[in-house]
Amino acid sequence: MLVNRKLILAHFWLAFAVFGIALTLGAWQMFIRSPIGTWLSNPELYYRSLTAHGTVMGYVFPTLVAMGFGYAISESALEQRLVGVRWAWTGFWLIVIGSVMAVIPVALGRASVLYTFYPPLIGNVFYYLGVVLVVVGSWIWVALMSINLRVWRKAHPGAPVPLAMFANVAGAYLWAWTAVGAALELLLQIIPVAAGLKATIDAGLARVFFSWTLHAIVYFWLMPTYIAYYTIVPRAIGGRVYSDSMARISFILFLVVAMPIGMHHTFADPMVGAGFKFIHSAFTALVALPTLLTVFTICASVEIAARLRGGRGMFGWIRALPWDNPMMLALAFSFVMLGFGGAGGLINMSYQLDASIHNTQWITGHFHLIFGGAIVIMYFAIAYDLWPHLTGRELIDLRLIRTQLWLWFIGMIVTTFPWHWVGILGMPRRMAYFDFGDPAIAPQALSVTFSAIGGFILLASGILFLVILARGMRAPQAEAGPYRFALAVHQPATVPIALNTHALWVALMIALTLTNYGYPILTLAMTEGTSVPAVYVGAQ
Amino acid sequence: MSARDLFTFSNPHFTRGVGITAAILIVTAIVGFIVLPFAQPWVQFANVWDAICSAAGVPQRAPVVAAPGHEKRLSEVVLTSNTLARPSQEAIGRGATLAQRCAICHGPTGISRADSPNLAGQYAAVIYKELHDFRSGARTNAVMSPFAVNLTDQEIADLSLYYAYLPRLPAYHPTPQLPKPNIVIYGAPMRGIAPCGSCHGSLDNKTGSPWLEGQSEAYMKAQLQAFASGERRNDISQQMRNIARAMTPQEIEQAAAYYASQPPDVVKAVD
Repeated sequence: MLVNRKLILAHFWLAFAVFGIALTLGAWQMFIRSPIGTWLSNPELYYRSLTAHGTVMGYVFPTLVAMGFGYAISESALEQRLVGVRWAWTGFWLIVIGSVMAVIPVALGRASVLYTFYPPLIGNVFYYLGVVLVVVGSWIWVALMSINLRVWRKAHPGAPVPLAMFANVAGAYLWAWTAVGAALELLLQIIPVAAGLKATIDAGLARVFFSWTLHAIVYFWLMPTYIAYYTIVPRAIGGRVYSDSMARISFILFLVVAMPIGMHHTFADPMVGAGFKFIHSAFTALVALPTLLTVFTICASVEIAARLRGGRGMFGWIRALPWDNPMMLALAFSFVMLGFGGAGGLINMSYQLDASIHNTQWITGHFHLIFGGAIVIMYFAIAYDLWPHLTGRELIDLRLIRTQLWLWFIGMIVTTFPWHWVGILGMPRRMAYFDFGDPAIAPQALSVTFSAIGGFILLASGILFLVILARGMRAPQAEAGPYRFALAVHQPATVPIALNTHALWVALMIALTLTNYGYPILTLAMTEGTSVPAVYVGAQ
Repeated sequence: MSARDLFTFSNPHFTRGVGITAAILIVTAIVGFIVLPFAQPWVQFANVWDAICSAAGVPQRAPVVAAPGHEKRLSEVVLTSNTLARPSQEAIGRGATLAQRCAICHGPTGISRADSPNLAGQYAAVIYKELHDFRSGARTNAVMSPFAVNLTDQEIADLSLYYAYLPRLPAYHPTPQLPKPNIVIYGAPMRGIAPCGSCHGSLDNKTGSPWLEGQSEAYMKAQLQAFASGERRNDISQQMRNIARAMTPQEIEQAAAYYASQPPDVVKAVD
């Protein structure tokens, strides 16, 4: 039951439109610092573009997808009209206003601080205020998801919450809490300096606050993808979810252990004690657990579909899968990229191994493979799956959709594999210019060239994606029927209270944040003399 | 179903969830705060509490040891982008009077004919820092140091504001403009050298960095050599020393010749 289609479509269209712009900037960046581009002679333009690319891809695009998908889940999984539609539109417009407010100073070169802010570098205050508005807009969504679930519970006391909605609300709570770190950094530290009320900033504390957000935000980006794995893919390929409980446990584990692990981003920083770094490293290892559970459950679910289609043998069933189904293709691509990206992630989280790839192109390669690859390809799949239900028109050209997914997969591999490689060779990240004529890095020129070509393949795929969705708006009308989610092999009649509510897990998430972040933040905040003069972007 | 059924030890999910989480936290804390610190043979701890404090990152005062004797003083000037941001007319006027004694080298209009820096239109923060450093001895020069040593804070600020207020005039000895050498626009990334223009104007300007267009070639070359040899050491965080050390003699000459041949910004704008 999708009633507020316009609301959901608005979120998706805005998400994909800004994604298209940021993707173009990304491809340009790959090109301009590769040996095939001619250097601009002005690094500031590069960092301006990088700031816009990161801000859109990190904050605006995934948040809008999670919100739009969340509203769709709330209406269709709960079979209940969305409560608070007016608030939902308010959240949407806050994001629109926030994005415009942030992008103007970036375009003017007044806020080339990258999306990770990097204090003591300080940009124009409107950039930060814009980001705050985007976050506030998304918090409205968090509240609405919680309220809608509560309304449904009142009407269905004791009934198991549909898996899609359970996961969706888990994602919303995770986001609400993880965004607090960056919000504290912005409101208490950066904005007072950007507004001219203070001239110094504690950069170490700011980095700790940001690490609170920076890692768990990845799991917030990941949530729609995992929801699609569990609740869309099995239905789309004619199978069933292998285990409803396993799915719930995975989402619960994300809620608990995605949060207290962010300090593996500060391994090389001096302001955090080694003991805390170790704890964060150990908890980061734990976060592989829900992913491994998911890979197992989804492979089992897919096998069910294959055997229902007549697949036989230990591995023979793989051939019986509906490979011409875009959802099947997207899942397979996503898993391959998740596998490689996850393996790379295990290296990043290891205190010692991280030292060899810290601040190199490996890191950029890693998060593009995981986020741009494994996660975003499922965003495409979600859009393709939802589109006929939102527009009332069919997406006819499956071949074009498959081509788009193939291009994205190939493009992402061609972009990120050489990217990892040059990182291992020691090529630093966040550099606007490389002198490939220098014998020390001349051998890396070929890898970087491949990477840039991959960037253009990705751009082609992104354009194709937008074309397919736009054509879908004009296709002949067709009733797609109600939007449904996958059923489990054993559809639960009752679910233990702990697996049907979030309170216990949210409490554990907050408790672990306090144990793992409390002391480092308190000492940094209370130690005198840890602030440094702010460096204003573009100031004389 | 209510919160009371959830948060109770009779609920196995609660007991296991909280128990496993707490157990993992305790085990990792013991390993991280006690086992691993002692596993480092190169660090000595007095006791377990000492190890825990070290691993937790408790801020510690450095042990009081006699400060090594400074043969040369270090710069103590703190600059922000707000330093001397709001000049008053009175301060500029006082600075003009004081500047009479500088004119013999730096020229009556702030344009030098003696291979000293042109000060007309230089950033106030730059002159402020250099005068402070000359006064404290962080930077020394046989001619300049005696002039600076008796200046008060007020006089230094006034002089800085006065010179910043003067228009940037074309240098007295311009040579035909040279093409931009690589060191100025690209730097040398593989040797850790940022482009000159990323701090000294043309690409970007950073607080405390002077603009260099039209300055004396001999002066700039001498300063780069002084930075490279460590004779001059009043740069912030060794920025210029690190760069100058990594530059080749040829690059030093190219950079100095290029900047000397350039007209100052204002003249460029008129062109």
